Amino acid sequence: MIEQYVVQASTYAADIDNVILLIAVLTGFWFFAAQGMFFWLLFRFRERPGHKAEYVTGDEPDLKRWINIPHILIIICDVFIVAAAIMVWVNVKQTLPEADRTIRIVAQQWAWTFVHPGPDGQLDTDDDITMIDELHVEVGQVYHYQLESTDVLHDFSVPVFRLKQDAIPGRRIVGWFEPTLPGHYDIQCAEMCGIGHGLMGARLFVETPEQHAQWMRDRGEILARAH
Amino acid sequence: MMKPVATTRSAAGISTGMLAVWWLLASEIVIFGGLLASYIMHRLAHPEWAEYASHTNTWIGTLNTFVLLSSSLSAVLAHHAAEKGDGKKAAKYLLVTIGGALTFLVVKSIEWSIEIHHGYTITANGFWAFYYVAAGIHASHVIVGAIVMGWVAWYANQNRELQRVEMVGVYWHFVDIVWIFLFPLLYIAK
Amino acid sequence: MASQNENFFLKYFWSTDHKIIALQYMFTGMAMALIGGYFAYAFRMQLAFPGAEIPLVGVVTPHEYNAFVTNHGTIMIFWVAMPVLIAAFGNYLIPLMIGADDMVFPRLNRLSYQIFLLSAIILVASFFVPGGGFGGAWTAYPPLSADGAYNLTPLGASMWVTAVALEFVAFLMGGINFITTAMNSRAPGMKAFDVPIVIWFIVIASILFMASVGPLIAGAIMLLFDQQIGTGYFDARTGGDPVLYQHLFWFFGHPEVYVVLLPALGIVAEIITVFSRKKLFAYKIVLYTAIATGVLSFFVWAHHQFIAGIDPRMANIFTVTTVLISIPIAEMCFVYIATLYGGSIRFTVPMLWALAFMAEFLIGGVTGIFLGASGADIYFHDTYFVLAHFHYTFFPIAIIAVFAGITYWFPKMFGRMMSETAGKVHFWITILTFNGIFIPLFVLGAWGQHRRIYSYEHFPDLWELQPLRIFATTCLVIMLLAQVIFLVNFFVSMLRGKKAGNNPWRANTLEWTVPSPPPHGNFETLPVVHRGPYEYSHPDHDEDFWPQDAAPAAESAS
Ligand SMILES: [Cu+2]
Ligand SMILES: [Cu+2]
Repeated sequence: MIEQYVVQASTYAADIDNVILLIAVLTGFWFFAAQGMFFWLLFRFRERPGHKAEYVTGDEPDLKRWINIPHILIIICDVFIVAAAIMVWVNVKQTLPEADRTIRIVAQQWAWTFVHPGPDGQLDTDDDITMIDELHVEVGQVYHYQLESTDVLHDFSVPVFRLKQDAIPGRRIVGWFEPTLPGHYDIQCAEMCGIGHGLMGARLFVETPEQHAQWMRDRGEILARAH
Repeated sequence: MMKPVATTRSAAGISTGMLAVWWLLASEIVIFGGLLASYIMHRLAHPEWAEYASHTNTWIGTLNTFVLLSSSLSAVLAHHAAEKGDGKKAAKYLLVTIGGALTFLVVKSIEWSIEIHHGYTITANGFWAFYYVAAGIHASHVIVGAIVMGWVAWYANQNRELQRVEMVGVYWHFVDIVWIFLFPLLYIAK
Repeated sequence: MASQNENFFLKYFWSTDHKIIALQYMFTGMAMALIGGYFAYAFRMQLAFPGAEIPLVGVVTPHEYNAFVTNHGTIMIFWVAMPVLIAAFGNYLIPLMIGADDMVFPRLNRLSYQIFLLSAIILVASFFVPGGGFGGAWTAYPPLSADGAYNLTPLGASMWVTAVALEFVAFLMGGINFITTAMNSRAPGMKAFDVPIVIWFIVIASILFMASVGPLIAGAIMLLFDQQIGTGYFDARTGGDPVLYQHLFWFFGHPEVYVVLLPALGIVAEIITVFSRKKLFAYKIVLYTAIATGVLSFFVWAHHQFIAGIDPRMANIFTVTTVLISIPIAEMCFVYIATLYGGSIRFTVPMLWALAFMAEFLIGGVTGIFLGASGADIYFHDTYFVLAHFHYTFFPIAIIAVFAGITYWFPKMFGRMMSETAGKVHFWITILTFNGIFIPLFVLGAWGQHRRIYSYEHFPDLWELQPLRIFATTCLVIMLLAQVIFLVNFFVSMLRGKKAGNNPWRANTLEWTVPSPPPHGNFETLPVVHRGPYEYSHPDHDEDFWPQDAAPAAESAS
């Protein structure tokens, strides 16, 4: 259901959307069942002249069934939800597939610095491409990100990837994503970081291999001219 | 002001004042619990804090432990006297306990002066930050305890409100027990 | 006891009477709610019309926006929900409903209120100091909150922490009073299961608060020291840990949800039984599910921190515990709905509010599952979905249940009835606009819109959704205007309403056996209790209600 609002641009976006859909179906069923019962009772047992309310304690077995059976069914639904959520979680946050490339993301009040590996594919070499508030990635490549903060908490959030991770000063947090859909998208800061928090957006450029190579050549020229 | 009838009831089978003291202690345990749990987590994450901790003065700490334990003893004796209805004697024992509290505070301030003089201030590093705050919050309980004991002793001396002697005694034992936790955590673990 | 010629100040500002103190809490809470509502108006208008000159506010700067958002949350939870639900209703109802003449510690009670008032004054004053009010979100995560160089409100931040810590102290003292009173001062004959559910729930809430707030009090002291003397408990550069604060905060923060939820559920239980003329369905199940929820609530806190840099393996444990908590809560919802079965339901104003609570809270409950399930929370964390979710829990708690309670006990508090017509108009406008505000926000959250952003102009993917924001803001403005109806109804009825008599709703609990409003000392002769609180439509009794203190027929005949 989320894909109708926000496109899926990473390998795990669909998994996360499916968990959300599963929860929506299961809780939706209980929600409508409970509301339906609720409004039916309100109508059925509205005050009418000559009718006295029944005296029911709640210990009657035939009435208690109406509580106990849904109770057990809800536990079963919970098991499905927990299992689905944990499976996706383990895939997204707990495992780290082999990286094709590694980027560094440095958050500060109130900007993002993205350090891309240059043509050599290695981070921390002379041809690194550093950009402010612009992240360029290539489809079909597994990226590791190293997330850092120089001051307060920030959060690197890319809705189209279904990716979100806090940046914590003093730590380097590593995670992964694999883009699947070319285009440009919003990056947001998802942790209150001060006055400029509302300005702390950035743009994500998911590029085809050709576009990406072209971008890298352009940056290389700019870099060469600067030297 | 007259006491409401509510205060004199005891549906739970325990006097209202005593019940409130226990709930007060329950809330205090959680406060100290949160503080000490934070400290222990940091200690485990930072082996280098053991070196910082080695600059605390175990002898002064031991002396203060002894002072506090003895003051708890006189609080027990005050309670015994109060149970026998001897308010004057209870008040005297409470004064001894207050003396212990004051000794504790004097020793503590000498200790802190020496440490601050050596540059171990609250901002020196994480260990000293916890050291001063944990011991400081404890010391503020000692001060409050001493004041309350003075007030209870004043009444006890006139043979009034003798049940309060036991309540303040329970509180004082608690202050004592908190120190029994702080002492090894701050002084001995090096 | 109170003499007749007490002056006005002593009677209303220095009183130790639990009912006066309850009203002090209630009016302070209502005043704070107006401030919190004003803040909501200011930031919602800014979101709908970024950069515009807003009537009664002016142009909202990013800093003011953050301060409004932060303090809106802080005020609504700590200075509205807490004082009104726990302190006002707790103070008013506990002695009356258990058949006592006052709280066990009246002067401690007065002191709690005074500390609470002081904390409210400090919070409001923080907006007028150099640098302005604190804007680092109501959670106040360090390092942002710990360092004036980061938050740019060095004074406002410290006043905020001080105010919150003082408020905690006030409620700890108040809680000890509530728990002790309820445990020790019940009327003769009132056994544990004869205590009205609302009293049980206020007591359980007080115990939850007491058991959870301690670490955060320690955390507040550490934060204050970090701010003012530079200690660095939460500063990674000096060996501190910013995430530690989050644990301290949410170890309290999640149980806090139940601290305010339980009194609200209690109020609803009293009202639905009276107006459906039914015994509460399965009293003991209600009680046990509340206790189970309370205990579980101590083991779920890290669901707020799934993506905050905690060990990802921890998230699995907390997903299980969080989803588990849905079991007792769902059970409780079912039991409340079952109470309506076989009833004779009267749709009075308090009943409408109580029913609305059940219907709306259900939405808050089911949407919570999305956030407690780690895999789904990766997407929803910090979006407007979270915001809409907790407003579907907190609005029913802090607003709907409070209106239910006020309209129900108003006749007891002031001796007069409120207007039914005005009450119904106010009810329908408030409920419809409430849904009108937050359903669009669910949609925006599904669209990935993040919180605490003062204008979405800088986010091309989100800017096109502006009509939804304008709709939500329009609903908010209508809702705020509708509160005038309530305030007029409240104050006019207080002076001119129809006389209520002792028991206008024909209810069973003890507060309805005394005059309205009850005199100082409450009961002429302290009552003896003969039965449970919910014996409505009992087959052995002619009338459809049977007050708790009415002597059994056999005894009254002899
Ligand atoms: Cu931010
Ligand atoms: Cu929570």
